Amino acid sequence: MERRTLFPGKLLPIALMVPQLLLTFIFFLWPAGRAIEESVTAANAFGTNTLFVGFDNFTALFTDSQYWSSVGRTLFFCAAVSLVAMSFGLLFANFTDRNLRGKNWYRTFLIWPYAVAPALSAVVWVFMADPQIGLIGRYLGPNWNYGLNGNQAMGLVIAASAWKQVSYNFIFYVAALQSIPRSLTEAATLDGARGFTRFRTMIWPLLWPTTMFLLVVNLVYAAFDTFGTIYALTGGGPAGATETLVVKVYEDGYIGNDIGGSAAQSVALMVLVVALVSLQFKFLNRRTAA
Amino acid sequence: MNRQNNYLAHAVLIFGVLLFLLPIWVMVAGATQHAGAIARGDISLIPDRHGLNIFWQALFFKGVASAGYPVWHMLLVSFAMALGIAVGKIAISLISAFAVVFFRFPLRRVMFWTIFLTLMLPVEVRIIPSFAVLSSLHLVNTYGGLTLPLIASATATLLFRQVFAAIPDELVEAARLDGAGPLTFLRDMVLPVSRANIAALFVILFVYGWNQYLWPLLVASTPAYSTIVLGIVQMISPDEMTPWNMIMATTTLALLPPIMVVILLQRAFVRGLTDVDK
Repeated sequence: MERRTLFPGKLLPIALMVPQLLLTFIFFLWPAGRAIEESVTAANAFGTNTLFVGFDNFTALFTDSQYWSSVGRTLFFCAAVSLVAMSFGLLFANFTDRNLRGKNWYRTFLIWPYAVAPALSAVVWVFMADPQIGLIGRYLGPNWNYGLNGNQAMGLVIAASAWKQVSYNFIFYVAALQSIPRSLTEAATLDGARGFTRFRTMIWPLLWPTTMFLLVVNLVYAAFDTFGTIYALTGGGPAGATETLVVKVYEDGYIGNDIGGSAAQSVALMVLVVALVSLQFKFLNRRTAA
Repeated sequence: MNRQNNYLAHAVLIFGVLLFLLPIWVMVAGATQHAGAIARGDISLIPDRHGLNIFWQALFFKGVASAGYPVWHMLLVSFAMALGIAVGKIAISLISAFAVVFFRFPLRRVMFWTIFLTLMLPVEVRIIPSFAVLSSLHLVNTYGGLTLPLIASATATLLFRQVFAAIPDELVEAARLDGAGPLTFLRDMVLPVSRANIAALFVILFVYGWNQYLWPLLVASTPAYSTIVLGIVQMISPDEMTPWNMIMATTTLALLPPIMVVILLQRAFVRGLTDVDK
């Protein structure tokens, strides 16, 4: 829908666009361009000369078994975080969506973890899980040491990452459940559909668009926003057991100073984000249309 | 039957509340206890009321790596960063959306889609090249470096564009008949109409800014620009012998501002979140 009444003038609107455009150019297009440029060049040992190397960086990246194991690890991590965070979000939302005493208190107490910084959720979990000082960790016996055991470390970063994300899913599921007309649920109840059957046959299908949308948001969160959680808890270790793709970009590029390889990783990640965000918009449109 | 169901609901929800509250409680209670007891694994769930002044002492606590900058300074840096990102992003998104919706000018579509494109590049993806750009602009260890790259993002612009598109044409006509210029219209009409959206965005962006970790890790290489989140993660690194109760108190202080903002502005926040979609 196009607006009929407009304000005249060309200079003012362009002036109003300038700050946003300037930031976009300096902090998005320029770095993205640099990443692409660096991904197809290699610098000599002194950084004085760069050489066009075509797809060499990408070939090196995609034939590197360590990269692929990081891809696999990231996929597993993202799937696990999304599954756990969404299940709990839905569980709690479903139980507050009824006439329940203290309903609003429950909601407040389930929403606030959204404000916890990912890096600090790691710190909070140290106090729970640390083998020496943790409230739970100290009772888990001598075999519990996420500093040495890769599987335990993975479990812990999944728990800490999902813990923080439950609130987000909770908020969206509450909103989705509220938009289901009462008459519909009542009719189903009259037809004898109760409890879990009612949920499975009626509510779950109606929540499907929200679920799809949240799935994409959770995958993006798990892939990119969990750097702080992982880095603070395990630093990507032990022995790379929790090194997701973003941790690897940081490690290789900033710590390891492998600019070309890191740039190639950045470009690969950009492609991934473009795919995920396109999906997000597809589901967003469907969600608002529903 | 219904009553039985309600018991189940209460049980599940109390479990949920505890799931979130318990880790925080351990930290708050632990902060008041002796560092030695915590290190031995003797953390108690009952706070020691003699230890309550730890929260005050923590404000002046200096981690070993912070080179003389105490926690209150880190809190201030975080506050400046979060506020700068929230206010800056709202301001530039508001005016650019205003221009896109209420004017026609050359390259309008191109400009809009250029901004839109930035959605595709979260800062985590482009950290290394962004850092390179930032250091060639001499923005490392400045407030500009901490905030500007996170201010530029399309989400807020998209939201405001939606809000403005819903403003009826008649309103614009009336304003023009009254002789109101575009900036008067922006101030007297558009701003009041979108007040609720601005509040919601503020909550989301403040929390987003306060919680940043990766970006400050790159940009704030001197302790003078260390945010509180950064400072705490440094404190728990294994080579630092810091009293645990102090870290717990500091973490509590770091969690408090964003949680307060979310709880106090809960209504605006929930609405804003479901409107903006991230």
